[in-house]
Amino acid sequence: MISKREIMETNRMIEEENLDVRTITLGISLLDCISPDLEVLKRNIYEKITTVAKDLVATGEEIEKKYRIPIVNKRISVTPIALVGGAACHTPEDFVQLAQVLDRAAAQTGVNFIGGYSALVSKNMTAADELLIRSIPLALAGTERVCSSVNVGSTKVGLNMDAVRLMGQIIRETALATQDHDSLGCAKLVVFCNAPDDNPFMAGAFHGVTEGDAVINVGVSGPGVVKVALQEARGKDFETLCETIKRTAFKITRVGQLVGKEAAEKLGVPFGILDLSLAPTPAVGDSVAEILEEIGLESVGAPGTTAALALLNDQVKKGGIMAGSYIGGLSGAFIPVSEDKGMIDAAARGALTLEKLEAMTCVCSVGLDMIAVPGDTSAATLSGILADEAAIGMINQKTTAVRLIPVIGKGVGESAVFGGLLGYAPIMPVNTFSCEAFISRTGRIPAPVHSFKN
Amino acid sequence: MQKRVIITVLGKDTVGIIARICTFLAEAHINILDISQTIVQEFFDMIMIVDLQKSTLPFADVADALDSIGEDLGVQVKCQDEEIFDKMHRI
Repeated sequence: MISKREIMETNRMIEEENLDVRTITLGISLLDCISPDLEVLKRNIYEKITTVAKDLVATGEEIEKKYRIPIVNKRISVTPIALVGGAACHTPEDFVQLAQVLDRAAAQTGVNFIGGYSALVSKNMTAADELLIRSIPLALAGTERVCSSVNVGSTKVGLNMDAVRLMGQIIRETALATQDHDSLGCAKLVVFCNAPDDNPFMAGAFHGVTEGDAVINVGVSGPGVVKVALQEARGKDFETLCETIKRTAFKITRVGQLVGKEAAEKLGVPFGILDLSLAPTPAVGDSVAEILEEIGLESVGAPGTTAALALLNDQVKKGGIMAGSYIGGLSGAFIPVSEDKGMIDAAARGALTLEKLEAMTCVCSVGLDMIAVPGDTSAATLSGILADEAAIGMINQKTTAVRLIPVIGKGVGESAVFGGLLGYAPIMPVNTFSCEAFISRTGRIPAPVHSFKN
Repeated sequence: MQKRVIITVLGKDTVGIIARICTFLAEAHINILDISQTIVQEFFDMIMIVDLQKSTLPFADVADALDSIGEDLGVQVKCQDEEIFDKMHRI
């Protein structure tokens, strides 16, 4: 029988250490909605989403009540819309109409975000892909809950530099289109290399074409729990440190597994994967940066940060993999600057730079996430940052993502405020030397060699 | 098969906490399997393991009823399916 100590430990994690399930995300295939008639397509999409997801939010709430564990977000991901809309959409404005349908369907089902306003263009773009990409600024400015992502490269095929160049422009246009809200549109736009098909986390979630008709994917959380557990390991050796992280990750992940299986069963949808990423929030005590500082850094960003992060994430995976039956999605460290109190503080005190964040992405961080940069950063410079990050993903056979927010009208020393889980961010300086001539080149960077690793 | 649920009660000690909760459980045909209770510096702390197999009320109604009993008494009464503890602490 369960002991009193175990019951109290679980409830302390939930009540005091911010343990929660960050998201249950229902992936829905829209491939069977395709029609060359835009009006028919719009009707099909709305009906499919609102039918398949009609019980999602209620089911999430029922599970929250049964276990008294918060499930912070209930969300939907759909098939990349460039594929779904290709036959019916002939202008960017046609695609924007699909974004509006997604927004209405999301509102109807009660989810806070819907992901999949996406194009997968790692090698080249179809006409539909390019139309969708060009529609992103209008789509994100004209909707509330729609999230967009574009995959511009992969380890297998290399980097589509035409798409990288275009995305630099699109990020700027999205920032301009939403400048009244500190360029908030860019917080809902992710540029990937090696994008996974089963990511439950926004803004990069989409329902990949390798998936079935519908699937439940779950993102667990709990940086606060890891941090508190590590207080017991202060001054101890690396073995003790790593064992503590592993044991804690196991416990956190088991809760995610329980919730995911139960949600899938109640909704009559297969259970897909658990994403092991430790997801922070702007709340105090729910920060990945604070874990790194507990491990022994004065501030995240100090020398040693990359090694500490590598250690942390590897142990989270080792503990989590045993706790879950299927692991997938991003399963990396999330260090979104605006969504993590410790990261915000480190950026504000000058301990953390864009370059250090980039180094962190080489070991396990998912990418340059929620970073506010000066509003006058050029499209070419944005593309240069995208290319650097995508190259890290391509060469290291990992997913990398970029979510940059050039905050129009603001510069270094000021802050952008996004609100809610998206938080706020001090604007970080960007290297101002030009990469214009590099980014202006057309075509692709070829796929890398897969041997001779160094 | 038993349908085990953990009820935890936490708050300032007052007269009749156990009586109120146990009366409700008895009326709903919920069997108590185990109780452990302590008072530390006037703080009342109780964990009960109960079986809902023969309960006349569904889980959600039991949880709501216990919530409102807790509000009446000025203590926190929490009702959770045992599985969350089992999954977290047992391989």
